[in-house]
Amino acid sequence: MNEQKHILSILVENKPGVLSRIVGLFSGRGYNIESLCVAETMDPLVSRITLVTMADTPVVEQIVKQLHKLINVIKVYELTGSSYVQREMSLIKIQAKPEYRAEILRIVDIFRCKVVDVGQEHYTLEVTGDEGKMTAILNLLKPIGIKEIAKTGIIALFRESNGGLKDKD
Amino acid sequence: MKLTGAQILMKMLKEEGVDTIFGFPGGVVIDIYDELTKTDIKHILVRHEQGAVHAADGYARASGKVGVCLVTSGPGATNTVTGIACAYMDSIPMVIFTGQVPTQLIGNDAFQEVDIVGITRPCTKHNYLVKRTEDLARVVKEAFVIAASGRPGPVLIDIPKDVSSTKITYKEPKKIELKSYNPTYSPNMKQLHKAVKLIKNAKKPIVFAGGGVVLSKGSKELTELAHKTQTPVTCSLMGLGVFPGTDRLWLGMVGMHGTYRANMCTGDCDLIVAVGVRFDDRVTGKIDTFAPNAKIVHIDIDPTSIRKNIPVTVPIVGDCKITLSLLNKLLDKEDLGNLKTKRKKWLDQVEKWKRTTPLAYKQKNIIKPQYVVEKLYELTKGKAIITTEVGQNQMWAAQYYHFKKPNHFITSGGLGVMGFGLPAAIGAQLACPGKLVVDIAGDGSIQMNIQEMATAVQYGLPVKIVILNNQYLGMVRQWQELFYDKRYSGTNMEHAPDFVKLAEAYGAVGLRATKPEEVESVLKKGLSSPKTVIMEFVVEREECVYPMVPAGAAITEMLLA
Ligand SMILES: Cc1ncc(C[n+]2csc(CCOP(=O)(O)OP(=O)(O)O)c2C)c(N)n1
Ligand SMILES: [Mg+2]
Repeated sequence: MNEQKHILSILVENKPGVLSRIVGLFSGRGYNIESLCVAETMDPLVSRITLVTMADTPVVEQIVKQLHKLINVIKVYELTGSSYVQREMSLIKIQAKPEYRAEILRIVDIFRCKVVDVGQEHYTLEVTGDEGKMTAILNLLKPIGIKEIAKTGIIALFRESNGGLKDKD
Repeated sequence: MKLTGAQILMKMLKEEGVDTIFGFPGGVVIDIYDELTKTDIKHILVRHEQGAVHAADGYARASGKVGVCLVTSGPGATNTVTGIACAYMDSIPMVIFTGQVPTQLIGNDAFQEVDIVGITRPCTKHNYLVKRTEDLARVVKEAFVIAASGRPGPVLIDIPKDVSSTKITYKEPKKIELKSYNPTYSPNMKQLHKAVKLIKNAKKPIVFAGGGVVLSKGSKELTELAHKTQTPVTCSLMGLGVFPGTDRLWLGMVGMHGTYRANMCTGDCDLIVAVGVRFDDRVTGKIDTFAPNAKIVHIDIDPTSIRKNIPVTVPIVGDCKITLSLLNKLLDKEDLGNLKTKRKKWLDQVEKWKRTTPLAYKQKNIIKPQYVVEKLYELTKGKAIITTEVGQNQMWAAQYYHFKKPNHFITSGGLGVMGFGLPAAIGAQLACPGKLVVDIAGDGSIQMNIQEMATAVQYGLPVKIVILNNQYLGMVRQWQELFYDKRYSGTNMEHAPDFVKLAEAYGAVGLRATKPEEVESVLKKGLSSPKTVIMEFVVEREECVYPMVPAGAAITEMLLA
């Protein structure tokens, strides 16, 4: 199978149970979810779900159609294949023995991230970026000793030159 | 105007034109039941909530209207799940009202509390938990719109006890506005033109119609298309009746137990005009060998049905009836040439398949189930509304009863629910009081909702139940015979009630035939009775349904005997 990563941006009515309908659709039909982000949009009656899934083309076509079929789903955009910006944020708790502190701070500087918590034995870093940046910084931090990571999952929007998230159809 | 939730509900039901509700009461719906007596809505008290849902389903399928049921919370609600899943699979418009514990108790594991909205989320078109009486009117309105429009389906509304008892100042709900719900009825004309071209150029086309044509009431348009283009027609189980079973162009049902000629046609055709179908695995057989030479035009109102299982040449999203009538108009403007000569070879081939390998059985000294169905067809002149249970009985009904009109074959196609036929017959009989309604049943299935005999008798519903008693869970036994070396595990049903006495115990009429020569007289006697009747036919125990496409085989690889 030609599985590929697809980023779906789903506008839904901000009502109880809506997320459960979406997640239930994925589990019930055997689609996978790599990551999922949900929050209100400017309009408090509408939420945006950014969902990353691995699927081949016919499956992603089905996923989009199935999502549309849910009564509470307002719009589904597939971002993959067009121009979009994506970001993910991670909190990385890392061992910070004195001999490594300078190295850690150098990495923080290069990756333009922040130290948001400092303890006797650890730093917690806040990193924002696209997937490439996340992988790169993790690779550098791993040998130093990562204790814990919390990731937001990807959020994404069309680039404005594309007409933004206005109706294309 | 001050109204309680229960009063608002009655008002809305009247506005929606509901005349019949199938239900079963309990603590949290007493307020609603109390209001119900003050209306002229007929309440049919079933004997099990599953029966209520299947009855509402049968009512909907026979009448084309939305079926409605009302049950209590907890076990009342969970008992509806099979019925709801069945209606969902077959796209039947229904609204199911479940009672719920009072809002302040929700989440506390209160007595008879279940999260029925959570449980039915994957098997309803949509569902609601109404938390405020103020929302009730709007929700009911939305539910009826959603249930009946687009690809229809069941909608569940969960109503907590306090929501139905609280009195509020009633305001007419605004015109409902479903932000994102907007089914496509009119097809894309460009796609239609492409379809016309394919139809014009096809040498060996077939039309393949399904339940979508029944639901959109497009039978007339479908028949016109077939005649206009001299194209033979096959149907899925759900489509039976949309094209006359007596027409020269009729191929019979396609699929696992389809006719030889219908299955051979799909293997050999160069074009399938598929209307209101979803290419279920029981139709396609081994998917990558299905219709290897065919281009496919696929018309359906639900975009997810298209390209879900098979690749399609021309996808057309739209209502079947509207699309077919536009297609017919476009075809009228085309010069289709001399179809008689153009189609001769193809139709001759079809005729040959029909002649050499028809549906067949040999009636000897034990009653053959097929014979019973054939006799039933003759005696009712093909005009009865037939419901079925599930298994061999269902397939023989589909094969040997030749339906002339839609809404006359009522069967659990997608979910295959044993126990569907009797309650569905009750619903159909209520929808069509003057019609003959017959449940073609198996001895196993009929016992799954046999309690509804009491319902039929209580309301004086003259439904007729034809039990093809092979003392087996026959369809499963057939698989065991053919693919498991006759190891009959868990399928012997020799121990059954005396169905004649059972009928009588319920206050119905019970008749039995054990010899072929008794079949006709029992049928005649039973069908002419004004009462609820069980007719038991003690049939050949190890009869199999043929043709049969073994699971996983190509549709053209049929076992014929
Ligand atoms: C509720 C339910 N349970 C199990 C099955 C599986 N099943 C399909 S057909 C069948 C046998 C039905 O037996 P019977 O009603 O006697 O019909 P026959 O095949 O003998 O005509 C069974 C068990 C089903 N379809 N539905
Ligand atoms: Mg049986």
